[in-house]
Amino acid sequence: MTPSPYRALARPAALSFLAMVASGVAILVGAPHILDTFGLVQMTGFVAMAMFALSQGFIWGYGGVMSFGQAAFLGLGGYAYAIAVMNLGDSTLPVLLAMAVPMLFAALLGYFMFYGRISDAYIGVITLTVSVILFQLVNTTSGSQYRIGAAELGGFNGIPAIPALNLPGDAGNQLDPEGIWYAAMGSLVLVYVVLRAILASRFGRVVVAIRENETRAQLIGYDPRLYKLLAFTISAGIAGLAGCFFANWGGFISPTVFGLTMSAQVIIFVLVGGLGTLLGPILGAVLIQWLTIEAGAQSVIDSNLGLGVILVTFVLLIPQGLVPVTRNLLLRFGEALGGRRMRAKPVGPAPGAALAGEIQR
Amino acid sequence: MAPDLAGLLGFNVLAGIATLALITLGLGVIYGMMRIINLAHGEFMMLGAYTAVAASDAGLNIWVAMLVLPPLVVGLIGLILERTVIRFLYGRMMDTMLATWGISLGLIGLVSTLYGNVVRGVSTPVGSFEIGRYGASLYSLVIVAVAIAALAGLYLLLRLTKFGLILRATMQNPAMAAALGVSPDRIYMATFALGAGLAGLAGGVLAPISGISPAMGAAYISRAFITVLGGGPAILTGTGLASTLFGFINELVSFKTTPVIGDVALLVAAVLLIRVLPQGITGRYLRRSL
Repeated sequence: MTPSPYRALARPAALSFLAMVASGVAILVGAPHILDTFGLVQMTGFVAMAMFALSQGFIWGYGGVMSFGQAAFLGLGGYAYAIAVMNLGDSTLPVLLAMAVPMLFAALLGYFMFYGRISDAYIGVITLTVSVILFQLVNTTSGSQYRIGAAELGGFNGIPAIPALNLPGDAGNQLDPEGIWYAAMGSLVLVYVVLRAILASRFGRVVVAIRENETRAQLIGYDPRLYKLLAFTISAGIAGLAGCFFANWGGFISPTVFGLTMSAQVIIFVLVGGLGTLLGPILGAVLIQWLTIEAGAQSVIDSNLGLGVILVTFVLLIPQGLVPVTRNLLLRFGEALGGRRMRAKPVGPAPGAALAGEIQR
Repeated sequence: MAPDLAGLLGFNVLAGIATLALITLGLGVIYGMMRIINLAHGEFMMLGAYTAVAASDAGLNIWVAMLVLPPLVVGLIGLILERTVIRFLYGRMMDTMLATWGISLGLIGLVSTLYGNVVRGVSTPVGSFEIGRYGASLYSLVIVAVAIAALAGLYLLLRLTKFGLILRATMQNPAMAAALGVSPDRIYMATFALGAGLAGLAGGVLAPISGISPAMGAAYISRAFITVLGGGPAILTGTGLASTLFGFINELVSFKTTPVIGDVALLVAAVLLIRVLPQGITGRYLRRSL
């Protein structure tokens, strides 16, 4: 075992990580100087969706779990924040609840799914069904009898006038749109860093190993059920935080956050951007959201039609997504120029081949 | 409980089971035969309902509009979609789910664009009858009859016809079937069209008792998915057993509370069931049944 291929690999990875964080911070600081308030609010919406896409990209792209009802966690997070902040006033605990409630729900649901060892398709169907039923359930909560403390659930109409975030411990001092932008974009950068750290850790490597080959990971001694459950719970927490910012973005939340379109949208974000990357989901979310807004300006074609066509097109023609395709094109371009440093070195034989070789020897 | 109330409850449970079997059958055929979860199932039902509306608006006999045209039209649409999209994705389970989801969104969008996002309806062609002091819809009996006819028809098709034999052989071993001169590609095409047609039939039959809108599919798919999951690999036995079990639970809980809580109970029952029987009922019991 020579460490050299790993070190050679680690350096470009570290560079791209630093470049990502640096550009994230640059956007965080720069956007308020360039954009007016309207643009900034719009960007905050993009950021909430990008964080939502990261949660999907993590569990689907790295965990290999087909969570098709990720909107359930977005909605639970948003509603948890809204209900808690209307009752408590100060927003510190509600933000934590926006992550804790979906995580608890995911842990419970995940226990039954992963420990039942059901197939991937069934996991997709169950998560999807859960989000549909949550949508229907929250939809029926209209009327003043459905209230939790000071918060009236409002059924189909949702909860309006949700108080915005405030500085911890200072409930009277709510953030303005610029402050919410800093909170949202700062959190997105933080979530990205945390996910990178998780993926670089021993835990993250086991999660990816299970995605690659569950049986082999299990034979080595890891329990795939536990690792999948933990990854699923983490992703639910991120989706919940995205829900919190979604509720902050409009000061409003309605059952559509649980809807099928929301779950489909986040799948499309990840698929368009690139499965198995973290940059892909972020860019996919911004691109599709921007397109949706542009398309929303015209009212001839329903936006669902556009989303459906994009989904089918990408599955059929560009299943690996835009970021990996672009990366490969750039690498090939660099190779054509003859730049040795740019050349994409094959990372040795696949781990499976190495193992098989050792056994034969 | 008064005998007439018990009678009404029993009748509703029966109708609930029949509805569940009807909305699940098309999904079950496609899943059981091809291991594809068709996420556009609800939209196929929606297209069936719209076909019924359009046909009855055009002055056709209501029974023809509900029972004959929808399966034919939706079966044809299924055939076209199989040829243009699904057939490129066989063996890629996740991609077929994503593609059918895309089709689902596309169909919702298309129908919204054409017909507008409004709720339409067809009037029920039959009246009601009385169980003691309670009125019950005669139309529920129609649903029960159609569900039984669909299950029996499918059984006869699979059991007695040569086509059914080939279908079952391809399901068991596509390579062997191909070696014996059957084209699995053709069989998959026919199966997908059959499943889509059954979804269309369900949509047509349920059109008079549901609000018909582009997004109506979402109201049915959660129940249909849960029933297919609970039923397991055997199409008819699985659908029948799971519909009976879940229909019973759903109707009883709905009777005591609300239909939405009934769906929640269904989901909880299904999640508990798959913890014990991850492959569904027929994954463990009656494995060799149809």
